[in-house]
Amino acid sequence: MRKYVPKGNVQKQSYYTDRYHVVPQVPRLAVEEDEFFAPQLKILKAKVEIKEASIQIGQMIVEVNAKDNFKAIETLKNECGYAMCSEISAVDYLAQDGEFEIFYQMLNLKSAKRMRLVCRIKENEAIESVEPLFNSANFAEREMFDLFGIYVNNHPFLKRIIMPDDWEGHPLLKTYPLIGDEFASWYEVDKIFGKDAREAIGPENRDPARIERYDTKRFSRVGREVPFDADISQGEPETKIEYSQTVLVNYNKSQKQLDKRK
Amino acid sequence: MAQHQVNYASAAGLPIALTTADHLINWGRSNSLWPLTYGLACCAIEMMAAGGSRYDFDRFGTIFRASPRQSDVMILAGTLSKKHSEFARRLYDQMTEPKWVISMGSCANTGGMFNTYATVQGVDRIIPVDIYLPGCAPRPETLQYALMMLQTKIRRESANMNKNKKQNLRLI
Amino acid sequence: MQQPNKLSPFFENLNFEREDNTMVINFGPQHPSAHGQLRLVLELDGEQVVNAYPDIGYLHRGVEKMAENMTYNEFLPTTDRLDYIASTSNNYGYALAVEKLLGIEAPRRAQVIRTMLLEINRIISHLFFIATHALDIGAMSVFLYAFREREFAMDLMEDYCGARLTHSAVRIGGVPLDIPSDWMKNVRAFCDKLDEEIEITYEALLTENRIWKMRLEDVGIVPPEEALSWGCTGPMLRGSGIPYDIRKEEPYELYPELDFDIPVSDTNDSYGRYRIYIEEMKQSTRILRQLIPMYDDTEPQLMAHAPQYISAPKEEIMTQNYALMQHFVLVTQGMRPPKGEVYVATESPKGELGFYIKSEGEPYAYRLKIRAPSFYHTGYLQKMLLGGYIPDVVTMISTTNIVFGEVDR
Repeated sequence: MRKYVPKGNVQKQSYYTDRYHVVPQVPRLAVEEDEFFAPQLKILKAKVEIKEASIQIGQMIVEVNAKDNFKAIETLKNECGYAMCSEISAVDYLAQDGEFEIFYQMLNLKSAKRMRLVCRIKENEAIESVEPLFNSANFAEREMFDLFGIYVNNHPFLKRIIMPDDWEGHPLLKTYPLIGDEFASWYEVDKIFGKDAREAIGPENRDPARIERYDTKRFSRVGREVPFDADISQGEPETKIEYSQTVLVNYNKSQKQLDKRK
Repeated sequence: MAQHQVNYASAAGLPIALTTADHLINWGRSNSLWPLTYGLACCAIEMMAAGGSRYDFDRFGTIFRASPRQSDVMILAGTLSKKHSEFARRLYDQMTEPKWVISMGSCANTGGMFNTYATVQGVDRIIPVDIYLPGCAPRPETLQYALMMLQTKIRRESANMNKNKKQNLRLI
Repeated sequence: MQQPNKLSPFFENLNFEREDNTMVINFGPQHPSAHGQLRLVLELDGEQVVNAYPDIGYLHRGVEKMAENMTYNEFLPTTDRLDYIASTSNNYGYALAVEKLLGIEAPRRAQVIRTMLLEINRIISHLFFIATHALDIGAMSVFLYAFREREFAMDLMEDYCGARLTHSAVRIGGVPLDIPSDWMKNVRAFCDKLDEEIEITYEALLTENRIWKMRLEDVGIVPPEEALSWGCTGPMLRGSGIPYDIRKEEPYELYPELDFDIPVSDTNDSYGRYRIYIEEMKQSTRILRQLIPMYDDTEPQLMAHAPQYISAPKEEIMTQNYALMQHFVLVTQGMRPPKGEVYVATESPKGELGFYIKSEGEPYAYRLKIRAPSFYHTGYLQKMLLGGYIPDVVTMISTTNIVFGEVDR
């Protein structure tokens, strides 16, 4: 019987975990005790519903409902002084919760503080674009759409950005394997030569340690060189290696010091 | 390289040099290899350094050309992604014969460390390659050595390119 | 419907016969001034750009996906290939993010070495910028001069870590090697040489050059409010008069102890940005000079002491049984950082380089997002190029100093 492999997350898993291993948690501090973030959270609380808020490693993390994301970002921009949106992306939690976590990394330039706004959406839900507030969302949301397949409402130009337009699948999903699927492995061959050429070109070599013994098209063994594309399945003759006398100079023999550096 | 120098003294002082057409044509071809400026990734920076002041590619007669129609060698310097592969093939097809390809760096040779969905696992899947150049990234000296090896290869070949059997990838 | 074979790529789908009297041209991905693999689709009215669509992804290698399938230490060499012009900045940004997650700090000698490497990398990257910027505009000789000095800086890196381009010179928790003998002397000599060359070569060739000024002044205007909105950082932000440098504002490593200035330009144009790059190189040599005496009063420890996460020094592994066991577990299984998320921004030569790591307590990162400055600068091209002329397009691309390894990742 084949071993059962979970399909929800095909990324590399740890092959061994100590059963007594308890995963520690990065310290989470209460926002109310921080003198910089506490008033900002209060402003945000007046506008939108806050699900969770904490401070991790010097940055405030606020979770809001996905439908409030535009309003929350607007409040942060206009009332809390977060003038730059550094990064927007998502984390795939489909296997565990059936949800994506979307985060907005905000920067307050005046006081050099950063915070992260987090919201969660279900698999087939869309999120509102924050492009009218921050133009940097233009590329970031396109990238999120491309790599995760998350639709963004009211985005001016929602189109694949990193992968080709005719690509199938969204690569950063946990269900997408690292080396790609069947479509990905034949993509360039299908594109350039057509599907008929698959047989002539052959599948990709994904094993970095593979050596093809009888391949004389690309390489030949040292000391047993044969003409290009020769058939060596019956063995190949040994050729005597003749090294050029001029290339191999014995530097130790000569008395002259050639290289004066240390 | 000495065999390509014309020795006037051997012809009893007469301004006559005897050689074969193959030698003469290959002498010209091998000493003016013009690569295409086709930087793909990290290796392109080393390719630029090879063209820069310390390593000085020009002394090999190697001058980078920006147009594929003027160049003889395509140096695939860096990772070839699947999105880019059709452009690489297109540029290769635009180059005029005779043409040679140097695959520079591990990524171009085999996909290298990028064993992922987005990387072509070796450019020889789409373009016939003459010289494989290992390293990540290869030093400029390595690239120069590869070019010298390519020159040696060209001098050994027949000037008639039809006689030189190449990897049969031209399916169209 | 297009046939999916026989070399018929997408850009032939563009409608070239248009009724509104504009012309569509395709720029790249193979273009000597495309800084790698940028493809721009430009819509032109006469010679003026009406619409610009940057098309990226031609160097997408799945780095973020690789991070999810690699242990934390395995991933470090991959960060070299992001911004391959200044590899150590990426190594450092990643190492700092993991260190923040683990809650460890590098020992002081490692901090001195790291700060020096970061500044040498800044010089390498800025020299490369000057070289390619000048080459794009047509000043070939500056390229040759700048590469001459860049090779000396690369020699310093090579003496330290053995690699020219892909350094991996910073490790999680410290640095792998102490500096070789005579290295400090070479750094000092390099600083003197560079300061002199900046004055007598680059500035003499470019700063007051009439053609250079005509090509750069009032080209590539970035108003401050747009720079903020489009997420421009680094020299792009400081070129718009906003003095935000992460080294000063959110200090890391030894930067709070060092005395240096942040050049800011309020001309908002390419020329101001060029001046910033020149001035930053001078500040980098100033920082390097201050760091040289700081090295001598440090303890020889190079890696942080955190046996749970970081292997002990080689002598201990070879002599002590417990250190060997720890090392074996760390090599075969990888370190398991605590559960949590971290975003750390560092000032790379191009701008704000941020690493967002989401850890679920496994040896593999659950999600790693690289906030690359060039990605947002490329996004800004679609606004920046509008209204510009065709000859200025190349200037504007090169003034953003984008590197495609980190744009596409």
